[in-house]
Formats: sequence, C-alpha cells, structure tokens
Amino acid sequence: MNLNATLFAQLVVFFILAWVTMRFIWPPIVKALDERAKKIADGLAAAERGKHDLELATKRSTDALREGKEKAAELIVNAEKRAAQVIEEAKVAAKAEADRIVAGAKAEIDQEAVRTKEQLRGQVAALVVAGAEKILRREINAQAHADILATIKQDL
Amino acid sequence: MSTAGQEAVTNAPTAGEYIVHHLVQWNTSGHAQKDVIDFGIINIDTMIFSILMGVLGLFVMWRVARSVTSGVPGRMQAAVEIVLEMVNDQAKGIVHSAESRRFVGPLALTVFIWVFLMNCMDFLPVDLLPLLWQTISGDHHAYLRVVPTADLNATLGMSTGVLLVCLYYNIKIKGLGGWVHELFTAPFGSHPLLYPVNFAMQIIEFLAKTISHGMRLFGNMYAGELIFMLIALMGAAWTVSATGVSLFVGHVLAGSAWAIFHILIVTLQAFIFMMLTLVYVGQSHEAH
Repeated sequence: MNLNATLFAQLVVFFILAWVTMRFIWPPIVKALDERAKKIADGLAAAERGKHDLELATKRSTDALREGKEKAAELIVNAEKRAAQVIEEAKVAAKAEADRIVAGAKAEIDQEAVRTKEQLRGQVAALVVAGAEKILRREINAQAHADILATIKQDL
Repeated sequence: MSTAGQEAVTNAPTAGEYIVHHLVQWNTSGHAQKDVIDFGIINIDTMIFSILMGVLGLFVMWRVARSVTSGVPGRMQAAVEIVLEMVNDQAKGIVHSAESRRFVGPLALTVFIWVFLMNCMDFLPVDLLPLLWQTISGDHHAYLRVVPTADLNATLGMSTGVLLVCLYYNIKIKGLGGWVHELFTAPFGSHPLLYPVNFAMQIIEFLAKTISHGMRLFGNMYAGELIFMLIALMGAAWTVSATGVSLFVGHVLAGSAWAIFHILIVTLQAFIFMMLTLVYVGQSHEAH
C-alpha cells in the first residue's frame, strides 16, 4: 500500500467515466423510463375512464330495459281493458239486436193474429150468413132481416 | 497453486514470501516501489484493470442506452434499468437539486457499477491472472495485482474525485464568498475567536471524509484479497496424507464459503461507496 501517481490517473479516469455516463448512458435510459411511466399512467387513466363509461352504459341499458318493461305492461293492461270493453259493447249490442228482433217478431205475430182473426171473423160471418140464409131461405126474406143479420155479424 | 508447488522444488517461497509477492503492484519503475509515497510511479496493473472494468461496465450500459425502448424492455435493459432506478431513487432522496442530479446521478451510477466490477476481480482465482502474466512475460517473478480497489491509489483517487465534486458544488451553490464564510463560521458560530477553530474543524472534516471514504473500500477489498491468499496457501500445502487431504478439503470449503460471503461484501462496498458519494455531495448543497 504505497501511494503514487496512480491516484491522479485514477482521478482522471473517474471523471472521464462519469462524463461518459452523463453524456451517453444516463439521459436516454432515464428518458425511456419517464416515457414508460407516462404510458403506464395514461393506460391506467384510460382503463379508469373505460370502467366509468361501462358503468354509465350499464346504467343506461338497465334504465331502457325497465322502461320497456313498464311500457309493455301498460300496453297489455290497456289492451285487456279495451278487449273487455269491446266484449261488453258487443254484448250490449247483441242484446239490443236480439230484443229488437224479438220485438219485431212479436209485432208481426200479433199483426198476423189480428189479420187471421179478422179473416176468420169474416169467414165465420159469411158461413153463418150462408147457413142462416139456407135455413131462412125458406121462411125469411134476407132483405127483411138484414139488420138482424148485421147485428149478429157484429157480435161474432 | 501450481506456482507455489513448482517453486517449492526450486527456491521454495515461504508463506510470507508468497503473500508479499502477491501484494506488490506491477508499476512503471520495473521493481517494487520502495518509498511509501513516490509520485514518479504509476501502477500499471491497477490502471489496466480499472480502465478495463470501467469500459466494460459503461460499454454494456451504453449498448442498452443505444437501443433503449419505453415499451416492453428486454432482460438486459430491465437489469440496467433496475440499477439505474435504484441509484436515481437514492440520488433523489439525498441530493435535492434536480439540476445537480443531472451530473450527480450518472456519477453515482458510474461509481456503483465501476466499483462493483473492480471488486468482482476478487472472484478470479488469486493466482490465475498473475500466473498467466508470468507465463506471457517470461518473468517468473513478475508482479501483478488484479483487484484495483485493493490498491489504495485507486480508492483514494476516486474519493479525491468525490471531494473535488463536493468543493465544486459548495462553491456553485453557496458562492465562493458564502462558502468561505461557512468555512470560518460553521460549526461553532460566527465569532472572530472561533474562526480558527471552525476552519480547522472544516478541514479535518473534509480530510476525514475523503480518507475514510477511500480507506473503507480499500480496507475491505485488501482484507478480502488477503484471506483468499491465505485460503490458497492452505490448498498449496496439500500432500497425499490425511492432513494434506484435509487441507485440500479445507481449501475448497473455506474458499467457497469466503467467495460466497465476498459476493455480499463486493456489492455492499460498491453500494456504500456510491451512497457516501451521494451523501457527501448532498451535504455540500446544504448550508450549515
């Protein structure tokens, strides 16, 4: 362990090596490290943003789904109500129509009955008159008893 | 251990001679340095291996930096990024000026990688490179030390570099006047009687920081190298006998254990050297 001029030579080498590192080695590597740190930070931020967007989208889709379901349920309820109403109306209309038909038929029957009665009455009256005529031909003048005959005819 | 084995036949170095031989640098004087301080000499082996390790470390990182991508990183890029990020985090925690960090960050990274690689030279078998060098150079007594951080010149050179950086930032941040004012008024306060005491304290602080910074790394690596040598000596003494074989087994066991433990020391010392660099530079930013 003797001291000699190696000390100064080593001192010079020391600074040359340090200068080389400072000039050619340190800056590019530090730059790359900083760039990578930035890339990673950006990537993390983007991922965070993506996650947030996904959350929003999920929320929106859930809302849309719920809205759709509500609308569909409302439509079904309306349709059912409408159907019930239509049925009710149809029932009422049918009943009215039926009543009308029945009433018409009844009226016709009544008319027919009246007409038939009228006819029958006439025929009976004629028959009676004919009968009476045959009986009375022998003893009664039709003309002389016309008023009696009319009275009978009236009572039939 | 073949050197020791061969030499046992010819001139049989003692254990002491073996270790001393291993602790002598290959320098420009052509022989072992005699004086404790001699600035006319440069250690060739320390320079070769430290520059080699520095260039290797920076070349690998430079290749990564050239093809660096902010997308998915490759394994090599990820490895370099881990180290760089670690250093950068430490720098951010200690040096609060972003402007200064543009130099201090790379400086700390360089220190960490460089010291780590230089320390790692310790993992090579202690005799491998010296033996190779002795064979290539043809001189069987050629000196070679392969761990630059086990040379006090290297570690003190680096810690002096850190001292210069600290002085630079002291002046840059506080201004020359502000710094001189601080030299004379901190830590005890502004009073003419206290000026010399303060100044002495400041000088001692700078010296102590710098020397302990360099000495700490040197001491750890030097001691680690010594222990590898002692383990090598144990294996060198093996013979075909019960004791001899147990020495061999002891070498393998102790060598493995120490090498594994040394991985921790190597990394830890590189980390400590880097952290202290940051701490000292950080301190030079703070006014007392």
